[in-house]
Amino acid sequence: MNTEPILIELLHITKKYSEAVVALNDVRFQLNRGEIHALLGENGAGKSTLIKVLTGVEKRNSGIISFEGKEINPRSPQEAQDIGISTVYQEVNLCPNLSVAENIYIGREPKKGGRIDWNAINNQAKKLMEKFDLDINVTKRLDSYSVAIQQMVAIARASDISAKVLILDEPTSSLSRLEVDKLFDTMRLLRSQGMGIIFVTHFLDQVYEVTDTITVLRNGEYVGTYATAQLSRVELVGKMIGKEYSQISDKLQPHVEAETEGKLFADLQEVTGLGTVRDMNMSICYGEVLGLSGLLGSGRSETARLIFGIDKIEKGDLEIKGERVSLKSTLDAIKAGIAFCPEDRKTDGIVGDLSVRENIILALQAKKGMLNRITRQEAEEIAEQYIKKLEIKTPTSEQLVKNLSGGNQQKVILARWLATNPELLILDEPTRGIDIGTKAEIQKIVTDLAKQGMAVIFISSEIDEMLRCCSRIAILRDYKKIAEIKGSAISEQTIMRYIAGGEIDEKDY
Amino acid sequence: MKKITRITGWQAFWPIMILLGILIFNVIITGGSFLEMKIVDHHLYGRIIDIIRNGSKLMLLSIGLTLVLATGGTDISVGSTMAISGAVACSIISGTLLTGVGGNVFVAILVALLAGAACGAWNGFLVSKIKIQPIVATMILMVAGRGIAQLITRGKIVTVNSDAYYFINGGYIFGLPFPLFIVGFALLLSLLLTKRTAFGLFLEATGCNSNASKFTGIHVSKIKFLVYTCSGILAAIAGLIESAGIKGADCNNAGLMIELDAILAVAIGGTSLNGGRFSIPASIVGAIILQSITTTVYAIGVPPEIIQVIKAVLVIIICLFQSTQFKTAMMNKLRIRKVA
Repeated sequence: MNTEPILIELLHITKKYSEAVVALNDVRFQLNRGEIHALLGENGAGKSTLIKVLTGVEKRNSGIISFEGKEINPRSPQEAQDIGISTVYQEVNLCPNLSVAENIYIGREPKKGGRIDWNAINNQAKKLMEKFDLDINVTKRLDSYSVAIQQMVAIARASDISAKVLILDEPTSSLSRLEVDKLFDTMRLLRSQGMGIIFVTHFLDQVYEVTDTITVLRNGEYVGTYATAQLSRVELVGKMIGKEYSQISDKLQPHVEAETEGKLFADLQEVTGLGTVRDMNMSICYGEVLGLSGLLGSGRSETARLIFGIDKIEKGDLEIKGERVSLKSTLDAIKAGIAFCPEDRKTDGIVGDLSVRENIILALQAKKGMLNRITRQEAEEIAEQYIKKLEIKTPTSEQLVKNLSGGNQQKVILARWLATNPELLILDEPTRGIDIGTKAEIQKIVTDLAKQGMAVIFISSEIDEMLRCCSRIAILRDYKKIAEIKGSAISEQTIMRYIAGGEIDEKDY
Repeated sequence: MKKITRITGWQAFWPIMILLGILIFNVIITGGSFLEMKIVDHHLYGRIIDIIRNGSKLMLLSIGLTLVLATGGTDISVGSTMAISGAVACSIISGTLLTGVGGNVFVAILVALLAGAACGAWNGFLVSKIKIQPIVATMILMVAGRGIAQLITRGKIVTVNSDAYYFINGGYIFGLPFPLFIVGFALLLSLLLTKRTAFGLFLEATGCNSNASKFTGIHVSKIKFLVYTCSGILAAIAGLIESAGIKGADCNNAGLMIELDAILAVAIGGTSLNGGRFSIPASIVGAIILQSITTTVYAIGVPPEIIQVIKAVLVIIICLFQSTQFKTAMMNKLRIRKVA
């Protein structure tokens, strides 16, 4: 048996989807035997692309992948699995309508006399599950068990195929605390058997609980590899968002000073969403930009979805202008004066095959109702007005939105909402994937709108941007609001400290 | 030049060109008799009138399916809905159903339309609320519908004896067949609905990106529910024309496989089956094209057993003409040849 400590080594991995879209640029990664290695980074950092390159889902443009010292080139996940690299995805990709035992042995059933030896399958499966401390009936259908058990079965299957490397791609997002503990026990057990585990997650607590090593990626670039025990949370967050904690000067003060408190527009009291935000208290006033800060999965977008009536408020009250409301649909929210630019511009924002004009009037038309049609002439006037006002670069208002650049698409969505004359504008990552110039324009539009008296909720992963735009920032972690800072108290350090959470190393100050 | 691109860019442009081509072909092979019209008893007769009268059912269905397909859905139950509507109307008129009304034709028509609306609403419910894939959801009624129709007629072919009912298919107003007026009325109503209200915009938005549409405050599920209901009502009207034509309700054969022709008519009209941009007039032209192909194939004496094959080949050619990729590829080829 090969006893070399290095299991996998990736060197100079570059992956380009096109000349302009570089997903990975000269990234390296090393996994040792008996190690749980966290792969971290914000959205778009290149974590999943790296996994895909490693498992042969995507072809790399250049770079070397070696496994136990030998260069490998898996062309499909199947090939990677044959080599010894198994992946368990967030969504369990087993067959829910087959039994647990069948799932474990599918494709490699033990045979006796040309026929499948069911006794062997069931007995071996039972033994395997016991190894993982799981006492379940292996002849029952997989979907009769919880997602956690299903995930465990997937892991058991992967480890039984004598995988030497196990990749867990955000396995914990749908698990409860107890189930996560169980999963971690399993991971530790496998580690003690010499398996190398790559763990992709965005829960920092879990990183510190179970991993030995951390590799951070940012914008497709390799940032560094660190021993978990020697990297403080604040430092880690700094690496992920691209700011060295010690380098941050307090000069970057918010230029939007907290002015005298405006009139209250909306008030959230102990708002809880189904499986998302818990006990959220928050108030939004006219004339302010309220920032929601936190890592991905902290509950930023989920809060916005609750306020906009997309998801149902399970518990707690939402008051708008002092009156308790229950928003049953997005239309209710629009009628209450709320507008929402969603995070995913392509799938939730633009209607690509319709023209700029149609996209701009869409929300206003929905607000006015179907029978109250906006005439072609009115629509053209509205569209022209906003194309001018927001400087949307399009040849005509008849251009299809899908042909515009990302920044201009975002402006079209902004125009769509401004046309409804909202009192509260919620912007979820409005500048993601947009060039710097347009980004600054959008930031200016946002602060101007607040100056004119509109209430704005601004969500962004970029702390710089938050500092520039927000007059008050609520910080979320694990679906809870943990702090609120405003005015002169807003600084990058404070925000990062709260985002990172947990015990804070005093020497870092 | 700009004017030309505006005309050729119109969705119904190519379908109309194809239709003209088919008609001209017909005129040539029949030596002109194709265009002949006779007035007998103040009624207009002729090939073209036949095409329009026989195609009226397909045109009605294609209006409803245009709306459904624009949302990105599909409705393959319209044939069965036709059978149900015919069964209801004929059973009432012949006095086996709702005996209380004494075979009143107007009540019969009204109840049949309601039955169609109920069928459509059922489809709409399955698609918009239960969120079943449209093709599966409407397949339920496609299969079960004929059984329901059989239950209504108690498994028999119900014949009716009512001149008022026959009028739906065979009647004439101002010398023109009555089904033509029904189609005209349905077309007018649907155009009013889609052009004079924001319904058309909401439909296109829903078909292009239903997620984003929901975010903009459009009640996507209501829109979907509505289009399936419209499709059901239009299918019921088509069912009335069908049963009035054969003077009875034949549950097994009324509207058999017509749903595929109707979807094809919409596709020929250039509305994408993925949803989005639609044109009802273009679908109507598509329906007329299909009907004229059938007539033509019979007229030139193609043996009945290979008619379907000929139709299929023609449809492939038409679809190629509708494909932008094909058109640009052909244009490029022509251009290269010119340069060379």
